[in-house]
Amino acid sequence: MDPHLILSQTDGRPMYLQIMEQIKQLIAVGDWQPGAKVPSIRELAVATQVSVITVKRAYQELEREGVLMTQAGVGSFVAQNEALGDQIMRSEIDKHLAAALAHAKAFGISTEDLLQRLQQLAQTHSGGDHE
Amino acid sequence: MSEYAIQLRGVSRQYPHFQLQDINLALPTGGIMGLIGPNGAGKSTLIRIMMGLVGADAGDVLVLGHRIPNAQVLAKNDIGFASEDMRLYKNATLQWHMHWVAKVFPEQWDGAYAQQLLQSFDLIAAQKIKGMSHGQRVKSGLLLMLARHPRLLILDEPTTGLDPVARKEVLNEMMQVLADESRSVLFSSHNTQDVEHLSDQITFIDRGQLVSSKDKESYLESWRRVQVKLPSKEALAPHPQITEVIQHGHSANLVIKDYAPDMLDHLTAQGATIGTVSRMTLEEIFVAEVEYKRNQTAAGVNP
Repeated sequence: MDPHLILSQTDGRPMYLQIMEQIKQLIAVGDWQPGAKVPSIRELAVATQVSVITVKRAYQELEREGVLMTQAGVGSFVAQNEALGDQIMRSEIDKHLAAALAHAKAFGISTEDLLQRLQQLAQTHSGGDHE
Repeated sequence: MSEYAIQLRGVSRQYPHFQLQDINLALPTGGIMGLIGPNGAGKSTLIRIMMGLVGADAGDVLVLGHRIPNAQVLAKNDIGFASEDMRLYKNATLQWHMHWVAKVFPEQWDGAYAQQLLQSFDLIAAQKIKGMSHGQRVKSGLLLMLARHPRLLILDEPTTGLDPVARKEVLNEMMQVLADESRSVLFSSHNTQDVEHLSDQITFIDRGQLVSSKDKESYLESWRRVQVKLPSKEALAPHPQITEVIQHGHSANLVIKDYAPDMLDHLTAQGATIGTVSRMTLEEIFVAEVEYKRNQTAAGVNP
């Protein structure tokens, strides 16, 4: 399992959040399968050049969210949950949609208008599939 | 193996115009500690005390379980020390130095690793020290130290004056050391970004005093910047945890230390509306911490 994550120095968010997000991404796209053993905290810290304590925090938060499981003395694993990848993907998208909803509300745009905008955007984007 | 690579208890040292006062810190084995503080804060003095190069007037210094300075010879076998003023022989080549260290530490010297470091540091063994750039000298010093696999690395400003590529090479080798959980690192740096990235523990000193020494996550977590809307243009009531207030009319930008969510209740109780609450970078905390302390000293408050 390739323990290499790409962490940005210019990303303003705390490093542990970036690590959490990238691990979720790896699980969502299926690179890290349910039940698979993941790198030890120290391995990941050395590979990504981030302190052990930061990786530890990311793992602890991911355990709390039910994404990882740690067995004392054995190591950490991706949770044994086949639907995990889909769940992560859905909750990631929900996060962005919730942000869009909040912005729309701040501008006084109704949910119906927002849905329409989304459909229009989907149509303009379906032509050029560059992203 | 002792639980701590470094332990200082109540360490003090007097100089005519400077005093290091009551320094307490502990670096757990397998960890990496970043030592930060403004110029003249006492970082190098503290490092020299750990190395037994300067004696403490009071307090206990334990390095790799050995009492310093009495047992420093034992401890130094397992310590790799690098500082800016480290002297290499100008007229000798790097190769000559490598032979020399290999002779002094025959059991520890790892020739294969030294060759690997030559490559990764982009150094030429046949080159004389006097013909090297500052960065090449720093990397040569680190190579000589790393190739004997010390259990504790004590590095005084290891990346100062290095270009971004050399800095990355050095930080990379520093982190490789930590792959072995019996090895530990202490480094001082002015580059708060390096310290924020790499350290498990952050020790902050200012004017010879310990400002704080704790694990990085709790340290960063204990500061917040909070934007608020105030009910009137009157100045916000002072609070010991609010270290900085920048107020323009009804809106104010606050810096809060020892942050806990109940601080927000304290603000709303005064009629404030909370805007964004954001974490701060180590750089921002560094400045806030020093400015707060100086203001308190100027105001005659004993912090």
